Amino acid sequence: MSADTIPITVELAGGLELLFDNEKKLNINLPAKMNDGDAANINYLVNYLCVHEMKDTRREMFEINGTVRAGILVLINDADWELEGEGEYVLQPKDTILFVSTLHGG
Amino acid sequence: MTGNMHRCAICQTNRAQVIRPKNGQKICKNCFLEVFELEVHTTIVENNIFPNRGERVAIGASGGKDSTVLAATLKALNERYDYGVEFVLLSIDEGIHGYRDDSLETVKRNAGQYGMDLCIVGYDALYGWTMDKVVEKVGRKGNCTYCGVFRRQALDRGAKRLNISHILTGHNADDIAETVLMNLLRGDLPRLGRCAEIMTASLTSPMRRSKPLKYAYEKEIVLYAHYRELDYFSTECVYSPEAFRGNARSLLKELEKIRPSSVLDIVRSGEQLVHDMISPGKLDCGGPNDQCEEGRGLVGSQTLSNKSTNSELLPGAVLEASHEVAHQTTDGSRTQTIGVCGKCGYMSSQPTCKACVLVDSLNKTEPPVEVLLSGDRDFY
Repeated sequence: MSADTIPITVELAGGLELLFDNEKKLNINLPAKMNDGDAANINYLVNYLCVHEMKDTRREMFEINGTVRAGILVLINDADWELEGEGEYVLQPKDTILFVSTLHGG
Repeated sequence: MTGNMHRCAICQTNRAQVIRPKNGQKICKNCFLEVFELEVHTTIVENNIFPNRGERVAIGASGGKDSTVLAATLKALNERYDYGVEFVLLSIDEGIHGYRDDSLETVKRNAGQYGMDLCIVGYDALYGWTMDKVVEKVGRKGNCTYCGVFRRQALDRGAKRLNISHILTGHNADDIAETVLMNLLRGDLPRLGRCAEIMTASLTSPMRRSKPLKYAYEKEIVLYAHYRELDYFSTECVYSPEAFRGNARSLLKELEKIRPSSVLDIVRSGEQLVHDMISPGKLDCGGPNDQCEEGRGLVGSQTLSNKSTNSELLPGAVLEASHEVAHQTTDGSRTQTIGVCGKCGYMSSQPTCKACVLVDSLNKTEPPVEVLLSGDRDFY
């Protein structure tokens, strides 16, 4: 029924772009289904980014225990992910997901 | 989840986009920006941060998120509520290639964006040493000590050059909670109390320092910068960050995940410890919490008017009001006299100020000396 991949936009800010070769915006086609057959969610995206897009070897700067590291804000279509089910949010085509670190000095 | 739209708890109209960490309230972007600014304004008014119209006040500006949000918010509030003060951006150039030179470019843009004058004070000119050269000499371990001591005095000197006696810094609730935790873990209660104060005047600094973002969550500062599309710089210093603070920070972020109010709760704990220390008798209070709460204000205010109180424990504003020269130290056993540094003429409790001691050690070939690190997070 559904397509094999879903097109989404990933944005990186607050210093996280440095882990991704200074890319602030990535247009990616994410596999629509996770390994267990369920629809792809944010946690799946986080792992996907670590495996396929991250250029830095320090994965723990972005992902810890299967989700984003505490201190990184996630906005789903410009809304706090806490309003949308956090890591369990099921991605929709054309979603924009912003990851922004709060951890860098001010 | 698209059908699961939350409406803003304030305007009841727009889509909620933010959950406020302090109370779990779900609100829209516009209401968030409004309450964020209003809360900073409330902090300013309640603490009488700008008592004098016509005064020039420095904003310690690094180009990072906190000081950028501070400058943007203060510009908006000063226009809206007419504080009648003039802000000047004061930046420190530590001489760190690939870090501060880039962030200073951000500050220069901010000066134009906010219509504020900018003053940059360099370690090189003040001390004859850039941090790059310091690290070359002492290595990456302990170099933060030099930077912290140098920065504190550099901010003072920069402000003095501008004929300004009040410096605002961008410390947020998370920074203060972190520092409270660190001082708790070190058993340093006097510093714990001081780091939680909104306004401080140190014995060795003629400057008043205030933290108008003291009650603002880091999360909300980042969201504010994002929604307002502020221009800020976000790269960590190239020299190793303090490992101890990093651990306190991780702990705090984990706690916030489980219980978002933890951050402000820790800040409040720091504030209350100060009050309890001013009045040790309150520690005996065995009644329910609200009973302690009631008594606190009364006993606190009585103690504040008592001249013989240990001045190290007094809130900065009170300390500043009493122009005494000799002060008791925290243990009360000896008297600290404020004079001037024999080398540079700057205010110091010792014959030679900390910065000069460090510079001397750098200029010699001897191993570096140990200097007590400030408990406060010495960034902007």
